[in-house]
Amino acid sequence: MTAGKLRIGYIPLVDAAALIVAVDLGFTAAEGVDVELVREVSWSNVRDKLNIGLFDAAHLLAPVAVASSLGIGHVRVPIVAPFNLGLNGNAITVSPRLFAALESRADGDIADPQVSAWALARVVEERKARNAEPLTFGMTFPFSHHNYQLRYWMATGGIDPDEDVRLVVLPPPYMVESLTNGHVDGFCVGAPWNSVAVDAGIGRILHFGCEIQARVTEKVFAARESWAIEHPDVLAAMIRALAAAAAFAELPENLTAVSTAIAGRLGVEAELVGRALTGNLKIAHDGAVRANDRYLMIGRNGAARPDPVQAAWIYAQIVRWGQAPLSDESLALAQAVFRPDLFDAAVGTAPPHEPGENGDGIGGFAGPPFNASDIAGHIAFWRNKRAGKLRLSVVR
Amino acid sequence: MRKGSDSAGHGSQPQGGSRDSSLKIAIVDESPIRAAILEDGLREAGFTQVERIAETHNLLVRIYAMDPDVILIDLESPSRDMLEQMFQMSRAVKRPVAMFVDQSDTASIQAAVDAGVSAYIVGGLKKERITSILDLCISRFNAFHRLQTELDQAKHALDERKVIDRAKGVLMKAKNFSEEEAYALMRKTAMNENKKIVDIAQSVLTAAELFK
Repeated sequence: MTAGKLRIGYIPLVDAAALIVAVDLGFTAAEGVDVELVREVSWSNVRDKLNIGLFDAAHLLAPVAVASSLGIGHVRVPIVAPFNLGLNGNAITVSPRLFAALESRADGDIADPQVSAWALARVVEERKARNAEPLTFGMTFPFSHHNYQLRYWMATGGIDPDEDVRLVVLPPPYMVESLTNGHVDGFCVGAPWNSVAVDAGIGRILHFGCEIQARVTEKVFAARESWAIEHPDVLAAMIRALAAAAAFAELPENLTAVSTAIAGRLGVEAELVGRALTGNLKIAHDGAVRANDRYLMIGRNGAARPDPVQAAWIYAQIVRWGQAPLSDESLALAQAVFRPDLFDAAVGTAPPHEPGENGDGIGGFAGPPFNASDIAGHIAFWRNKRAGKLRLSVVR
Repeated sequence: MRKGSDSAGHGSQPQGGSRDSSLKIAIVDESPIRAAILEDGLREAGFTQVERIAETHNLLVRIYAMDPDVILIDLESPSRDMLEQMFQMSRAVKRPVAMFVDQSDTASIQAAVDAGVSAYIVGGLKKERITSILDLCISRFNAFHRLQTELDQAKHALDERKVIDRAKGVLMKAKNFSEEEAYALMRKTAMNENKKIVDIAQSVLTAAELFK
């Protein structure tokens, strides 16, 4: 293996767990790979430094890996994603004021995302009626599940996220500050930032990402395709190290060691990291806790193995929200970004994820099951739903 | 989005003439000193329409209001991700394209990244017009970096001197040494142990702390 020291970029988030554990607890060294983890401040930097070769690999938003390979919004650089660093892990947090408004308009259990989406639609309508500024929500990047999950959720309530609210990109460390000073009314972000907002008493976790969609690939271990072709042995060794680290990170007895390693890299308390890793999150300042073992999945249930259905889902969101037109070629290219073959070759074929954990591999809380070979149908369903809603408002 | 090739420079000249001074340049940098250095440099080079944007919360609003041709941004600024959102917005008057889009000049991109600066350039601008701005940016960023390194070194040297002075004080008091004797002892020990004198001084202070 002749790649020398690998430079791998990451953003300080809990879902970099497998990468941080692999490097800091000796799994990469055991595979004979020398790694320098480079902390970055923006997804744009991670993407660009990966693109121009300053990084050999990176902790990357899965939708950025797809967009980069398709050349959407930026220069086209083919990326391979042979390992999922994390599934799910996001949450939607709102200000206490917006939460109170939603709760008072909820027609049912506010913990049900369909109920909260309808409540949000009522709040949006009322604000429109009195010419108030639209609600503003923060998310981390145009190509991110944070963006897509907010939009998906809002749309189930009949809200047009491009017209009825404002969605703004905010770097994760700025989310809490922006909620504090009222620049946003809510946000969707990964751990630990939702918990930071809750602890500060300025945010209430409304939904976990896994309540919106049961299984989405949030972050991938990404490399340039050209680099992967030149260094197959190094890549395979990295995948093995990550797989071992992910398995280690999921064992309850390792929680302290893993939380401490991650907390050290992130500069936060280990306890805060532990909440995300165990899926036990304080959701309100009064101490209410919500538990969901799907909150963030690192090595469980085949979470680490790339699934091309996930790439198709991401591409469907890119098309649905107008970031690129639909084409069969692009769909095929998108799916080819996720590389279960490289994963299998490195670690041996992993067992498929639990059958029936969700029928279509995504488990969205609304709409028909997702069919990767009928993205046009997926788009049409949601467009018709919105058209129906519009006619209703005209009649009224 | 989908305008990646526009920055290659084969497009038409933008309205407003071809003089470089007509270019509107925004500097997004949280370091006010570096931003000022950069602004001075650009003005010296004849660019008159230069604006600095330091705060992040209404970054996009400021950018829309200014409608710049070129946006220069510190690579260490998390605000870069906010700028990326502009590619996605249809209402953007002009769509700045990241410098990285034009891959024909890898060397200058590498130089810019090494210096820690990134540029967003409105599609249609000729590449030659940008190169001079970027080169200026790179040299100013590097100059700033050098200044900062020198400053850090000076501060570091000062800190070391303080440690040595305090250790001298400890030795003078404990062993009834003169200042010269205290220093000579530490220097001799440092030479014998093949260490830096500041390390010996630090050990003296640590030991003194333990024996308190």
